[in-house]
Amino acid sequence: MITHDYLITSAEGLHARPATNLIRLAKKYKSITSLKKGEKTVKLNSMLNILSLALKGGDTVTLIVEGEDETEAAAAIETFFKEELKNL
Amino acid sequence: MKGIGASPGIAIGKAVVVEKKHPRLTGVILPGEREVQQEVRRFEQAVTMAVAEVKAVIDTLPADDGSTEVLEIQIELLQDEQIISDVVEKITSEHRNANDAVMEVIAAAVTTLHNLDDAYLRERAMDVEEAGNRILMELDPTLKPSDLIVAENTVLVGEDITPMDILSVDITKVIGLVTRTGGKTSHAAIVAKARGIPAVVGCGDALASVKSNDILIVDGGEGALVVNPTPEMLHEYTAKKKEFTSQANALGALKDTVAVTTDGVRVKLMANISNAADLEASFAFGAEGSGLLRTELLFMGRTTLPSEEEQFEFYKNVALQAKQKPVIVRTLDIGGDKPLPYLHLSAEQNPFLGYRAIRICLDRQDIFVTQLRAILRASAFGDLKIMFPMISNVSEIEQAKAIVENVKAALRSTATPFNAAIEVGIMIEIPSAAVMADLLAREVDFFSIGTNDLCQYTLAVDRMNEQVKHLYDPFNPGVLRLIQNVIEQGNKHHHHTGMCGEMAGDVTATLLLLGMGLREFSMSAASIPYVKNLILNTSITAAQEICRKAMSMRSASEITQYLQAVTKR
Repeated sequence: MITHDYLITSAEGLHARPATNLIRLAKKYKSITSLKKGEKTVKLNSMLNILSLALKGGDTVTLIVEGEDETEAAAAIETFFKEELKNL
Repeated sequence: MKGIGASPGIAIGKAVVVEKKHPRLTGVILPGEREVQQEVRRFEQAVTMAVAEVKAVIDTLPADDGSTEVLEIQIELLQDEQIISDVVEKITSEHRNANDAVMEVIAAAVTTLHNLDDAYLRERAMDVEEAGNRILMELDPTLKPSDLIVAENTVLVGEDITPMDILSVDITKVIGLVTRTGGKTSHAAIVAKARGIPAVVGCGDALASVKSNDILIVDGGEGALVVNPTPEMLHEYTAKKKEFTSQANALGALKDTVAVTTDGVRVKLMANISNAADLEASFAFGAEGSGLLRTELLFMGRTTLPSEEEQFEFYKNVALQAKQKPVIVRTLDIGGDKPLPYLHLSAEQNPFLGYRAIRICLDRQDIFVTQLRAILRASAFGDLKIMFPMISNVSEIEQAKAIVENVKAALRSTATPFNAAIEVGIMIEIPSAAVMADLLAREVDFFSIGTNDLCQYTLAVDRMNEQVKHLYDPFNPGVLRLIQNVIEQGNKHHHHTGMCGEMAGDVTATLLLLGMGLREFSMSAASIPYVKNLILNTSITAAQEICRKAMSMRSASEITQYLQAVTKR
């Protein structure tokens, strides 16, 4: 299992548009990916779940990846948080 | 009728009301396992069909169409694994039919998003509802809306118009959009904006009185709706529409153009703002950041001082919205003329010469430290700079800077992140500061010239006083000499000198200021395209010549006349 904390640096937080890309990215891997904010953990396979975390700019969120290709999946999502989320 | 202006512009056309059919619970309970299996398949087919329908609309759009994203989100919601598994669970364990299962699951999801108390998520709840309705329409085709007959110049009117409603009709004929519900970030508003269709959303129940074929005027800038206007109003709005179109064209053309003179000198044009929301509008006008964030609004209209957390949220929001572009935060600039009741400032004979701005801050360090802590903490999220107003001597800068250093040390000791290299500058608005700009330049990272106060202090004129206000003129040669000195000293010390007073946005002054060496102008956002237009069409050599000539003239009126003449050329 790989876990990593990310600071949401985009002003809007994780809105529907980046969330769409994130879900589609996570679906490419066999690993099960989840996001955790505070006490709440949701799977990265549902827009509704991601929206219900209500992530805002400045929030910290924990990514949890578990499965056979977890290293690759975690690396891809890392790039998403560090690079793409800023440019979206 | 008033609503929320969601996409600017004026549309005058005929209403077509989009009727929505509301689904009802059927109450059907499935008798056995075989029916359950069938029902799950029926649900899965409905999802596939709904997705295909949205995809079909996407295919009709050009690849770079702004509306595509909105529809992609819709597809993601239709295929949402949480929603699907919840519906399937309801069918299999409670033996509900697909229609009822979808209605209940969607209703629960909508409630969840509503309860999060976030305007953005409330509008996403509308998207979830729409996804549910799309699936329901596949399950029960009688819910599908009857085909809309859309003629030229149609204004779509409805409860909540979905992006699919707009995009599935002949969009070239739709010139306006009006809805009863929704807000600025509803996806209908986003589609309207992407297509330049004026839209007013959230009109409320009053909209029920609008019938198909009513003549409507939609003012998307003001958020106003006129139903069956009088000939006078039609006339007025036709003129307004023309004006908007010509302005929008001029603006659009220059928005992404960098302000460079014909001989290649880069000039920075920024906006004066009061909050994070102003930034969005400023960027639309092509602002490269903000040369003045007023912080007074945070302190006004309340009964106690804003807490550090409250201020931090405010500045952090600004920093994030600015998206790495610079924002100059001016520390509290209040005094006897705009008093804060809870500070109990006493009435003064001469409030403009009294206890105000940095003078209060250096005296009431509790207020100052709280504000500086909040600004510094927010500096971890963007390019914020700190600016002190009303500086009249070197000692004030030294004191203020010492306090900044103390605050930094305190933040360090708790490992709180902030930008250690944050720039610190001052407003130049008191004549003494303008005259000794050479001494002050060594103390700070930047200057920003506040022409309004500098002018009134230099000329000893209260511009609110009817009897003397004619003497108030920033083109007075004395004021101009002070401004020139500040710019020259700033440039000599290689730090950036900006101007955030009204003069910065006055096109009559643009060439003169360029000639003096000013390279950073901060103004109300709407002025940016006009100033930019001038900069793009002049050379620095020409501006310097204009400056030299203007500075040899003896009166404000002579200078203004001359500048107006050269500006027209």
